[in-house]
Amino acid sequence: MHQPRREIEVSGPGSVKALLNRLDLVSESVLVIRGDELLTDDVRLHPDDVIEVRPVISGG
Amino acid sequence: MKCRVCRERAVISVRRHNAGFCRSHFIEHIHRQVARTISDHHMFGADDRLVLGVSGGKDSLALWEILTVLGYRVDGVYLHLGIGGYSSDGLRFSRQFASERDLSLRVVDLGSDHGFSIPEAARLTSRAACSACGLSKRYLLNEAAAEMGYDVLVVGHNLDDEAAVLMGNVLRWEVDYLTRQRPVLPTSDGGLVRKVKPLLRVAERETAAYAILRGIQYEIEECPMAVGNTINRYKEWLNRLEEQSPGLKAQFLFGFLDRGAAYFPPDPPELLACRECGRPTPGESCSFCRLKNATVLRIAGRSA
Repeated sequence: MHQPRREIEVSGPGSVKALLNRLDLVSESVLVIRGDELLTDDVRLHPDDVIEVRPVISGG
Repeated sequence: MKCRVCRERAVISVRRHNAGFCRSHFIEHIHRQVARTISDHHMFGADDRLVLGVSGGKDSLALWEILTVLGYRVDGVYLHLGIGGYSSDGLRFSRQFASERDLSLRVVDLGSDHGFSIPEAARLTSRAACSACGLSKRYLLNEAAAEMGYDVLVVGHNLDDEAAVLMGNVLRWEVDYLTRQRPVLPTSDGGLVRKVKPLLRVAERETAAYAILRGIQYEIEECPMAVGNTINRYKEWLNRLEEQSPGLKAQFLFGFLDRGAAYFPPDPPELLACRECGRPTPGESCSFCRLKNATVLRIAGRSA
């Protein structure tokens, strides 16, 4: 995760939405990426997936 | 989730439209939103000379791509503000984008042209970093556009930017700012170039998704001076509200533009020529020259 960049392990499986809830993030503020694909909230994650949660808020 | 158009797997949901989109239909959707904004607000025509303020971030690079696909010839101007690796990375991404597409990019360097950087201005004056940066960007972009004879200055402000600024202006009842919060800021006789915001209908999350889906490399890291700033905090609050009530951000912004803005009619002050740089200002010296003088004086004082 960015800002600051950090990596965490989350036990699964679960959906993208469940992951965001566990991280206290809202869908509107991030994109969830697996490899080179964007994931919608309903996608099921696998225990060994590597997921990037990329913030989209920028500027000032 | 399925694409609203073709029923293939969706790669993004746009909850305010109650829709999911596959890659190609999302890209089409974004192109349509921007084309509609340009048309609805009569932003520019095919014959206008356009220059875009480019930062190397998702919004400006996505907008450059969209306008190019829509058939507009747009040049870019990058402002190097001296914010360490953030500025040099932004320039690298901007140059890479422009060279891959054979687009013209001009670089304005605050340090070599004016003798200071944004971190120095923030450290040595009473201005907050984002305030010093905002006023410098407005000044330098307008100066570059005017000097090079462009008809229209295009900026990458998106729906979230505009909604967060509106929220700040309403919370503090900044009536003067509300009179100027418009999708198009017209040309003024004093030398302000027409300024337009074609990403008005596109949320920040959607410009990021568009950039990723088009393979655009952009600066992901946030400006180190803007982390936790007021506007970003408002954006996060609005996104929390949006999560509960999809469409609220757009209703807030477009409700203002459609029905509220009429109560805050434009009341442009009479502009004079700044006694130092000659650019338009309501006072004797413009705010950029005052910031520059205060910062450069203190830099000189420290090195004496």
